[in-house]
Amino acid sequence: MTSTLNITINGAPHEIALDDPRATLLDVLRERLGLTGTKKGCDRGQCGACTVLIDGRRMNACLALALSHDWAEVTTIEGLAEGDTLHPVQQAFIAHDGFQCGYCTPGQIMSAVGLIAEGEAGLDPERVREGMSGNICRCAAYAGITDAVLEATRASGTRTEDERTDA
Amino acid sequence: MDDMLNTQGHVRLGSSAGQPLTRRDGILKVTGAAPYAADARPEGVLHAVTLAAGIARGRVARLNSAAAEAHPGVVKVYTPANTPALAVSPDEKIHPFVWRMEVLQDDRVRYAGQPIAMVVAETLEAATEAARLLAPDYEAEPHRVTLDDAEPFDTETTAFGRPANMTKGDLATARATSSRHVTTQVDTSAQYHNAMEPHAITAQWVGDRLEIDTPNQAIGLSKQTFSAFLGIAPEQILLRSPFIGGGFGSKAILYGAQLLTILAARDLERPVKLALRRDQVYGPTGHRAPTRQTLRIDMDDMGRITALDHDTITLTSSFDQFLESASNASHSLYAAPVLRTTHHGRRADVGTPGPMRAPGEAPGSAALEIAMDEAARAAGLDPLDFRLLNHADTDPASGMSFSSKALRECYAEAAGRFGWAGRPQEPRQMREGRLLKGWGMGTAQFPCPMFQAAAHATLRADGSAVVETSAADMGQGAWTALAQIAADGLGIDIDKVEFRSGHSDLPDAGVAGGSGHTATAGTALFNAGSDAVRQLADLATQDPASPLFGAGNAGVTARSGRLWRNDDDRSEAYEDILARAGLELIRGEGTGAREGEPTHAMFSHGAVFAEVLVDPDLGQVRVSRLIGAFAAGRIINPALARSQLLGGMIWGIGMALQEEALHDTRSGRFVNNDLAGYHVPVNADAPMVEAITVHEDDPFVNALGIKGVGEIGVTGTVGAIGNAVWHATGVRPGRFPIHPETLI
Repeated sequence: MTSTLNITINGAPHEIALDDPRATLLDVLRERLGLTGTKKGCDRGQCGACTVLIDGRRMNACLALALSHDWAEVTTIEGLAEGDTLHPVQQAFIAHDGFQCGYCTPGQIMSAVGLIAEGEAGLDPERVREGMSGNICRCAAYAGITDAVLEATRASGTRTEDERTDA
Repeated sequence: MDDMLNTQGHVRLGSSAGQPLTRRDGILKVTGAAPYAADARPEGVLHAVTLAAGIARGRVARLNSAAAEAHPGVVKVYTPANTPALAVSPDEKIHPFVWRMEVLQDDRVRYAGQPIAMVVAETLEAATEAARLLAPDYEAEPHRVTLDDAEPFDTETTAFGRPANMTKGDLATARATSSRHVTTQVDTSAQYHNAMEPHAITAQWVGDRLEIDTPNQAIGLSKQTFSAFLGIAPEQILLRSPFIGGGFGSKAILYGAQLLTILAARDLERPVKLALRRDQVYGPTGHRAPTRQTLRIDMDDMGRITALDHDTITLTSSFDQFLESASNASHSLYAAPVLRTTHHGRRADVGTPGPMRAPGEAPGSAALEIAMDEAARAAGLDPLDFRLLNHADTDPASGMSFSSKALRECYAEAAGRFGWAGRPQEPRQMREGRLLKGWGMGTAQFPCPMFQAAAHATLRADGSAVVETSAADMGQGAWTALAQIAADGLGIDIDKVEFRSGHSDLPDAGVAGGSGHTATAGTALFNAGSDAVRQLADLATQDPASPLFGAGNAGVTARSGRLWRNDDDRSEAYEDILARAGLELIRGEGTGAREGEPTHAMFSHGAVFAEVLVDPDLGQVRVSRLIGAFAAGRIINPALARSQLLGGMIWGIGMALQEEALHDTRSGRFVNNDLAGYHVPVNADAPMVEAITVHEDDPFVNALGIKGVGEIGVTGTVGAIGNAVWHATGVRPGRFPIHPETLI
């Protein structure tokens, strides 16, 4: 049975004739749409390598059946840069060596974008580390990841609790 | 970079090496454009899914192939009944670095997780479901899966053919005359690499040429292995591995599902892709075997070690041999005039272990550093003072001098940064709120091997260059660090260097392992560049139209894309020399290897200091601070080296406190073969980790002075954390990972 999936990915609307309701959003992105930047590390929601933004929230694409996100807006790693201009989080990951093998990196970056938008961690390193702990980096580039998120948070103009109090 | 010691008087090779350049592959990696093997989508690609054995020993009695074949989208189901034969039996040891692989050549089950069938289908969803429908029936046989019940055997060798036993001096006499001794036993657990990228392969046959995308740490060797088992010439194989999503040793050795996928692609005449599920990585792709280590340290009344005895019992599979050479960690670290190291093997119904980041050294160092702290306490000395007292000025095992050893500087630098002075000698003396606080330390050491590599360096008419070697970048930064070395070999700016790598048609760069890849492949690239420059200099100095004409005796120096006379300030650009000679390019060739028998003992060294906080009621341990200082020869890229060292140290946190693969002894299956049950460190587990590099010139290790930083961070760290836990609680850890219940 073929179902129709209407989904906007990185700003572009797609109408996908999906012949298999078992397909996860991750596998639809990777195997049917060729958006292979989103990675599969565990397929069980345990590692975060497949993190994407669904309607602005960070989610594990491996745990999302594609058809359950009809009419959703999805942002993947491919949709972050504007042309040749990298997103501030992408720039910060390069500057702080926030990755080694690079396999978890798309998920880390999407998670960082989501975390900064949530505004809960601010410039508190401990809360950033906690907020990024759903994304495993086996190379353990955690120091660089944390520094990158903090720098990108600063660049985004997110204010800390202290600054809010001061103001 | 304020936590990197910026060493004074560092002699740079040239403009590139020594610089903390950002990764050249950074943009590819942060945009999702870096291609990994499972990203390949050749036209008409089929998806393969293997079925893993659910028993540890026996045979597969029945598979419901009909149900799987009837599932819509399934193209073929491979079982031992219909899988094409290999050209060579999987039992054949075609070279020492091939493990026996399961390629459905018989119906035996040798370990849980072994592939027992493979489904190929039009979609991943269909292949996954059909594999489930195979619903195997087994004839199970009694199994053994733990160190305790495994079958002992005698062995002459451990991993990589190293001698299993070594004795230096008269142990009986040393023991009889020592004034005190300590005996410790430490167990370490089975661990899995758990690279974030599960093992994957995409295979297609183009005529009689096989093209494979698969992450691989030893491209040249793997091409040979594939060719032998497939019965085709190595020249018929193209292996692409530009990016490895983490390797840590697990992607140096081939596994059966790779060959199965290739056989299916040949059989079906279509491309086939297989990516193991996370749970399927457990079993067939190697792991760090558990060890049980017993150490006895004898001392004189001053606390000087008079004898060191280190025994390891470890596990291998029922059908192949890889024994963790943990006792060898005691060979070269402390000044033991009498030394004995022994290893004992046991066989169990598990997949064959393999090299995992710091194989041998990681568990060996963990046990040795625990024993050293116990000995320091028996001698009434501070742990650091005890290690300084027993500092080895020459290598105890070989008697040779060290090629370089800035270990004392590492101790001083890290201890100072940590604030070790004033540490109370007794345990349970420090608190932070209601938590117990403890400080511990360990010494880090890792050898500096070199392998065999070849490279080309081609200068082009426009002054740019292309350098080529099939290196493997699994995150250590080969794309960047090797290009830095190559640029210096050519005497040009790195931005003019195009680096081709990760492709089997290029000159072989050897294995990315043993912390020897940068030294080996880097030497080959540097030599290739030097060869190109030498040819260029010959052209110019013999050409009357060149300002370099006649400079032959004084010589010329290559710098910034020009050759400069050594006897005055005249110079000429590479492109001008090539243009006048009417040449489009000049190609240099180089190799990298250690030449002749070693005249020195060659090791990287370091010192790691740990602070832990332990919940006195719950036994939970947190590493609140971890500071390491390392002397590892010339550092090519301080930013990348720091990342490697930090990564290794955080692996030490995992080994000390978290990582442990468990089997259900009744079923023989894994209990925790996923990332929810097998815990690896996450960001919040490593709040404050610092890696300092200490300046070290090494004129012997290789011409470039490079040692290696990939694995040493694990060593020292595990013991340091264990010793900090003792200092916090008074409980000496008897096993890693440390279980909370043992601390309360």
